[in-house]
Formats: sequence, structure tokens, C-alpha cells
Amino acid sequence: MNNNAHLGDRKFIIGGFFVLVAIIYIFRLFYIQVIDESYKIKAQQNAIEVRVDYPQRGVVYDRNGKYLVKNEPSYDLMVTPRLVKGCDTLALCQTLEITKAEFLKRIKKACQAPNSPRKESIFEKQMTSQRYATLQEKMYLFKGFYVQVRSVRKYPKPIAAHLLGYVGEVNKEITEKNPYYLDGDYIGITGMERGYEEALRGIKGKRKILKDVHNKEVGSFMEGKWDTAAVAGKSLYSTLDMDLQEYGERLMKGKKGAIVAIEPSTGEILAIISAPSYDPNLFVGVKERSKNYPVLRNDSTLPLFNRALQAMYPPGSTFKLIDALIGQDEGVINRNSGRYCPGGYPPMGGKPKCHGRHSVDLVSAIAVSCNTYFSYLFFDITSQKKFNKYADGFSNWRKKVMSFGPGTHLGTDLPYDAPGNVPSVNHYDKVFGKGRWYGNTIVSLGIGQAELTLVPLQMANVVATIANKGYYYVPHCVKGIGAEKVIDKKYTEKHYVAVQKEEYYINVIDGMQKCFEPGGTAYASRIPGFTACGKTGTAENPHGKSHAVFMAFAPRDNPKIVIAGLIENAGFGGTWTAPIVSLMIEKYLTGKITRPELEKRMEAVDLIRGKNLLTTEVH
Amino acid sequence: MALRQNENSLFYGVDKITVLTYALLVFMGWLNIYAAVYNEEHQNIFDTSQKYGKQLIWIGTAALIAFSILLIDAGFYTVFAYWFYGIVLLLCLLVPYLGREIKGSKSWFGVGGFGIQPAEFMKFATGLALAKFLSNENLVIVSRYRLRFKDLIKNYKNTLIAVSFLVAPLLVIKVLQDETGLAIVFVSFIIVLYREGLSINFLLFGILAVVLFVLSLVVTKISTLIIVLASITLVSFLFIKRSMRNLIIAGSVFVLASGMVLATKKVYEKLEPHQKVRINVLLGIGEVNLKDEGYNVHQAKIAIGSGGWAGKGYLKGTQTKYNFVPEQDTDFIFCTVGEEWGFLGSAVVILLELFLILRVIFLAERQRSSFSRIYGYGVASALFFHVAVNIGMNIGLMPVIGIPLPFFSYGGTSLWSFTILLFIFIKLDANRLLILR
Repeated sequence: MNNNAHLGDRKFIIGGFFVLVAIIYIFRLFYIQVIDESYKIKAQQNAIEVRVDYPQRGVVYDRNGKYLVKNEPSYDLMVTPRLVKGCDTLALCQTLEITKAEFLKRIKKACQAPNSPRKESIFEKQMTSQRYATLQEKMYLFKGFYVQVRSVRKYPKPIAAHLLGYVGEVNKEITEKNPYYLDGDYIGITGMERGYEEALRGIKGKRKILKDVHNKEVGSFMEGKWDTAAVAGKSLYSTLDMDLQEYGERLMKGKKGAIVAIEPSTGEILAIISAPSYDPNLFVGVKERSKNYPVLRNDSTLPLFNRALQAMYPPGSTFKLIDALIGQDEGVINRNSGRYCPGGYPPMGGKPKCHGRHSVDLVSAIAVSCNTYFSYLFFDITSQKKFNKYADGFSNWRKKVMSFGPGTHLGTDLPYDAPGNVPSVNHYDKVFGKGRWYGNTIVSLGIGQAELTLVPLQMANVVATIANKGYYYVPHCVKGIGAEKVIDKKYTEKHYVAVQKEEYYINVIDGMQKCFEPGGTAYASRIPGFTACGKTGTAENPHGKSHAVFMAFAPRDNPKIVIAGLIENAGFGGTWTAPIVSLMIEKYLTGKITRPELEKRMEAVDLIRGKNLLTTEVH
Repeated sequence: MALRQNENSLFYGVDKITVLTYALLVFMGWLNIYAAVYNEEHQNIFDTSQKYGKQLIWIGTAALIAFSILLIDAGFYTVFAYWFYGIVLLLCLLVPYLGREIKGSKSWFGVGGFGIQPAEFMKFATGLALAKFLSNENLVIVSRYRLRFKDLIKNYKNTLIAVSFLVAPLLVIKVLQDETGLAIVFVSFIIVLYREGLSINFLLFGILAVVLFVLSLVVTKISTLIIVLASITLVSFLFIKRSMRNLIIAGSVFVLASGMVLATKKVYEKLEPHQKVRINVLLGIGEVNLKDEGYNVHQAKIAIGSGGWAGKGYLKGTQTKYNFVPEQDTDFIFCTVGEEWGFLGSAVVILLELFLILRVIFLAERQRSSFSRIYGYGVASALFFHVAVNIGMNIGLMPVIGIPLPFFSYGGTSLWSFTILLFIFIKLDANRLLILR
């Protein structure tokens, strides 16, 4: 055919069409590559995954550098369902001691949201090292599985469970509130693990890794330029004396109650016992914990309840020490103020009752714990003429009491401490009506009964204040964090209470010393070789027999240790708690026990199971 | 030119610009194949266990083929044009029965470890045959001149013969081998027919058909579409001469268009699921699962889109290197370009391909022989179709049809076939001054 001239023009149409298409394509490319940013983000999501490196949680030492808490490797078996091919299911089931149905159930779970067949998830949590060893030999049979090593807590001695607390997996509430935590992370749930979570957890490392389409790791992003290394958690140097703690727990076996020992010159907690307790190793590992937690939770003796911090007990007669101090400070009494006790408080018809008839001055009133004397004293403190209304006098007393700690959060470094209760004017206005109550209505407050409650930690703090003659340090259980061993300044600051005159304290301390002397309430528990000062308490309560309370410090000059202890529903403080406290003081001060029979006897007492080897009660 | 080239030299009259562009594209293609299948364990470029190693063999053999083509007298291609066509078509017919099955496709002849698809070679054979037929001096195909009805049959006879030259391989490859990608390429030869006189109306009708097809799938309410069509028809009366003839034409266009719209849904329903999905993906209609059907296109767009202005750098593409894009060394090789070389690199590739195609048109137009010119247009059309569809599907402007990017994609058969296609034309062009055909 001939090449007609008019057809020659068509080359421009054809060429033009080609150019047009090219231009459209280039515009399109410009749009998706330069203008639209979404593809870059999607590409990142495709190929870059942030992997977390878990740091070792910080360990905890006791005050002498012994391990309270260590770490132990734990082995999680991870699975990526998509990569499971030709896996020897039978062998795996046998090794893990699970059924085929269980195997399929777990694989299914690993495939469902929030897991995904492409993502690894935990198949078997925290295997023992023995199981890991057997598994490791056969690992080549289990394609798509691998073992991730993490560390779990290990407690060399089964003590201080309440103080140390435990770690557990974070829940949704935590991950939503705190972006640091991701699903599957661990966090301190109670005790020191919680109180010092930020120091202990360390800093998680982040690695950006490249994945291929099969989710296989193929390298690090930008040669790891943006990766951060995991920083191990800081070690905690605890104030706890492991030996004392262990000894105290041994003595408290079979009893319900709490003992708190503090070094008064620093506020450092030497021992903090809540009985009954449990072996903290029972809570290591999800499997262990889920097995043991319900058992302990349902135990009627409440072993999970941290009595030392949370149980609000009436202080009983031990509270008379505070009254004695406030009374002197208010000028209501002095060392020589005497009273005759007819065996009860006369203005209220002999109630509260007292044991026996006697004449007492301040010192001996403390030594024999005279209820009458302190009922009068409480009435006198709150009913002074200088106050227009009784309520004002009461408020003044209350304010001074609270300066010793009762009714407040002490600000200790342990979480979940209860404040105790010092009833307020409002409370009594509500109960009795405004202006319709006065000193004798509520006189049992003066002997540490009625609505008045303290937690054992506060009781110990009160003794520490007396031992220090007017101030305390906030009780704390950690004296150093990390290599620099720094702690918060608030634990090294003196807190002065409302009563400051040294003389007043000496008068009270004289009474406390007499307590351990013949005729004193704790004479049977005197500590050979030391001048100790103590005060017994027998706190009536609606749950049965009185709580046996005892507080003491030793030696009298330059006190090294104060202890407050309470045994629930045991009876008289001098009989039950004083021996245990005195044994602990001796153990702490000398490292040995000179009264093995007493030790043996106290250890054998089992109030929970009803065994009572103490045949006579010494008043 | 300082030195007059020896007329007997092998390279006498060979268009260097075309050859250089070709070489450049092949080289860039290889670089990107290397990147696409890059693997730290096999860095040796001659490692023939890897695709870039194999591609080097393909490139070497393609060079040999190019030389051979230049050696053979240009008359050979003219004389044996129909023979080529017949033989390759026969191979295409036989391959489903005698060939080897590769990846579920029965379009391959196996030669040792390598496979060859005869359908690839049908392109140049069709180009030659079409050129031979259309270059017949006494032949007229439908021109833009208006024809009376009685002339139609006589004139359309030649048009129909010309069209059957491309319909035959299309049907054979589509029906017998089920290779939509390889088959649909032959549609591109319509451009050749247009250049040689086919009325533009055919092309416009074609475009209209495609537009209507898309619209009737995108617009959910068919009635709305038909009302719009009717309005367009009525409005168009305001601008054209209101003669009986125009009325009939406009009327029948409307009826045809409406019929087309109504038929589309039916045709669409009859399509195979994977084809439906490809159309869905392209048009963004229906439910597309980005993890399955839509995966290729979605991932391709992510790879290209993440390249940004200047790309992530050679061998640094995460999407292509870690196999997020399937077929990234063959049909989706453009993703590697897009991701690692960015907008600049992608534009360069498009412009280079465009330049080559336009250069071929330029060369075709300077031929004294109709045969050479027509064949040249065949080359340009086939190349254009490949480039447009391949890049189009990479950037989400075309449905996914498995056809390679000329000179770029991995694969011996396609490289050979494009080399043969192009170099026959280069040879014809080199001879343009010597012989008048």
C-alpha cells in the first residue's frame, strides 16, 4: 500500500499518545512516591519490627550483703505458627507432658488475636531448666519453635515474702496507663518489688530488626543505629537483717501477728514479719503462682495479708507511753504525780478495770501498766481548763498523738501501708452528738482501746521515737539503690514529734526499763547482759482473746534496735510477745541465744492449730 | 563524520542510539534483578545458581542473537515473514501437548534447566507477517474516507485478514495455553493498523468500550448510567448537524453503549474469580483482601511508594530484598526500581523506555520501504504495550496481567524475544539506504 501523506500525520497522534501515557505514569509516580507518605509508613510496618531486650531485674541484698533476692534463668518456649512445619508433635507433647488436644488448643490460641500466625507468642511459659535441657536436645525436631531465655526471681531463703512482694505480668490497666509496659512484661505487684519497681526493672533495650515476608529475622535496621541496649535493673541494698528476719519468722510460726524491728538511729527496718507467711518461691513463675495463689488466698489465716503494714490493731497498753509523754508536755503530770488505783477507774464505776490495787507514780504506772492511772491522765489531758470546749482539748491530744505517726501514712518505701486510726472530733460528734461527749465517754482511748488503731510499723515507729527521745526517721527498707547507693532524702531527715523535752522521755524510759525488772510486766523476758526497755500491751478486740502486744528497745543507752510485736488473740503481751521480742533483740545484739529453753518453748507454740505449750500465764 | 564507515561492515547503518539505549536498559535491568534477588550468601555475580547469574547467560546469548540477526541479510526477514509466522504459530499450537509444565502453565518447551515460551516469539513473527501483508502495494485497508455500504465488504476483507493475523495468536495463546498476558499483547498491533489507515473510530470505540466497562462496574446503579448516556446523546445533538444519518449513528451508538453497559455485569460475572479480583483490585470495588488477592498490587505500591524522592539506595530496599513483593524479579521488577532508586530512578526508566519507543517510531518513519516502516510500528506498539501495562500494574493503574517489562524483567525468553523483535528492525533500518523494497 502507498504511504499516503494524510496517514503520515498519524505518527504524531501515536507518538503523542505514548508521551501522554508516560506523563500520566510519571505524575502517578510523583504522587505515590513523593507526595503520599502513607506507603513509607506501611513499608516500615511491613519490614521493621521493634524487638525488646529484657534487662535483668535488680537483685536485693540484705544489710550484710547477703542475697535476699537473686535471678535465675527461665525458659519460655515460643512458637510462630506459620513456621511450624513438619514438627514432631508427638515428641513435643511428650517432652512438655501435654496432650495432643492441648497442643492444638495452644496453637489455635497462638493464631488468634492478639496473637497472629506470623507473630511469635508464648507456647509454654517458664519451663524448668531440666525441661529446657531435654527440650534443647530435640529442638531440631520442632520447626517454628524456639526458646526465649528470661530471668525469674529466686529467693535463697524462704523469708520476707511480704516485704519483698512478687512480680507478675502486667494487665491491661497498667499497659494503658503506662506506655513503658507492653503485654507480657513483668511488673512488681506488691512489696519492695512494687515500691522499687522503677529501679529494679532497669531499662528495656530496643532493637529494630528487619523481617522478610515470612517474618523471618534478616538483620538489624540501619546496622542497629537506633538500637538501645538493655540496662540491667539496679541492685537494692536492703536494710533488712536476714538472720534476724529468719529468726523472727521461725519464732512466729504457728502464730498470727506481726513484728517490726527498726534501727532507731536511722529508721532502717531490720526485720518486718507478718505471720503466717509463705515461701516467696511459691510465687515465682506464672504456673507456680497460679497454682499457689488460690490456695494461699483461701487460707483462713490470711497468709497473703501483710499484717505488719496493713493490719490495724488497737495498741492496748503500749499506747500509755504516748499518753505519758503528752501528759508531761501538757504539764498535767510530772514524774512524781501519783494515783491510787482501786482496781479500776472510779469515775466510770471501775471501768476500765485494772489488775490489783496499788499506788503508782508515773514510772511505776508504766512498769505495771496501770489502767486507772492512764484513764485519769487521758481525762486530764483532754479536759484542761485552757480549752474552751472539750473538743478542742481532744483535738490537741489527737494532733500530738498523730505527730508520732498514728493515723497517718508514715511515708515508708513499702506500698500499701494502712494509716491506722485516731478517731476525730467529727467521728464522736456523729456517734454521740455534738457537745455530748467528754473525757470519760471516751476514756478507753487513753489505754489504747476503742476506735484507736495502729499498724505494727507505726507501733515500732513510736518506740523508735521514744528511743530517740523525740524524733524518728521514716522507716524504710532500702538503704541504697544501685552502685551509687543513693536513697531518697526523705529517709535521712529527722521528723520531730510534738513532745520534745528529753526529761519527759527519760521518765517514760525509766518506766519501760522497770518493765523488765522484778514486778514489771515483762520480767520473765529480761535479756541477760542488756538494759532493755519495754512495754506490754494486751489489746482487747472483738475477735476473741486479746492481742498480745509488746514493744521494746535495747540497749537503753544508744539504742541499736527497737521492736514492736503483736500476736493476735493470744492473751497477755508479756506472756506471748515479750519473749519473742526479747529473743530477737538478743539475737540481733549478740548473735546468739542464752535462753534456749525459752526459744524452744516459743517456737513450739502453735496458736493456729490450737497447740499451747505455755501452761501458765504470767501477768 | 571523519571516517566513512565501511559499507560491508557488520555495523554499517546500525542506529547506535537505539543499540545504546537497548544496552543501557538491559544493564539497568540486570542491576535491579541483582538487587531483587540479592542475597548475602551469593554475592558473586556469575553465580548461576542465582537469577542474576542466569540472567548474565541470557544477556550473553541475547547479544549473540543480536549479532546473528545483523549478520543475516535483511531480505531474509521479508521473504520468510509468513514462514516465521506459520512455524511459531504451529509451535504455539503444539506446546500444550508437547511442552513441559512450569508453574502450572503449559506454555514452555524445556531445554535442559532452561525453559522457552514459543508465545514470546510470536510477537516478532506477527510483526513480520503483518508488515508483509500490509506492505502489498495494491492493498487498501479502511481509511478515514467515508465508504458506502457496498464498498465495505470489499475493503473490510483486507482489514479482517490483517486483524486475523493478530487474532490468531491471541486466541491460540489465550485458549490453548491460558496465558492472558502473552495473548493480550497482540491487541497492541491495532496501533499498526491505525498507522496504516484503520479508522480512528475503531480505536475510539475501543476506548469507549473500556470506559463504559469500567463505569458500569464502578457505578452501582446501572439506570443512572443509562440516563447519563441518554443525556450525552441528546446534548451532542446541539453540536452536530441534525441529519438523518447522524441521528441514526448517534442513536445506534447510544443503543450499543447501553447494551454494553447492561452486558458488562453479565460478562463480569462470567469472568474467572482471579480475573474478577484483579479488576476489583484495580478499580477498588468489591471486597478486596489485601492479604490475598490484593496483596501483589498493594505490596508493589508500598514498595514503590516507600522509595520517596531518590530511593533508599541500591541494595537497601527492604520491601523487595525481603520478598514482600512476589514476582519482583520478573513482572514486578519495577518495584525494585521504585524502592531503591525512588521517583528519579523510576522516571528515568520510564523516559528511557519511552525514548526507545519514540526512537523506533522515528526510525520507522524514515524508512523508504513500507515493510520496514510497518514492522517498525509493530515493534514500537508491542514495546509500548508491554511498558504501559507492566508499569501500569506496578503502580496500580492497570489490572495485574502477567507480562514482563521489556529488557528489564528477569527471563531468557522475554529478553531473547525483545532482542529479536528490536534487532530485526535495527537490521532493516541499517539496510534502508541500500535496498528499496
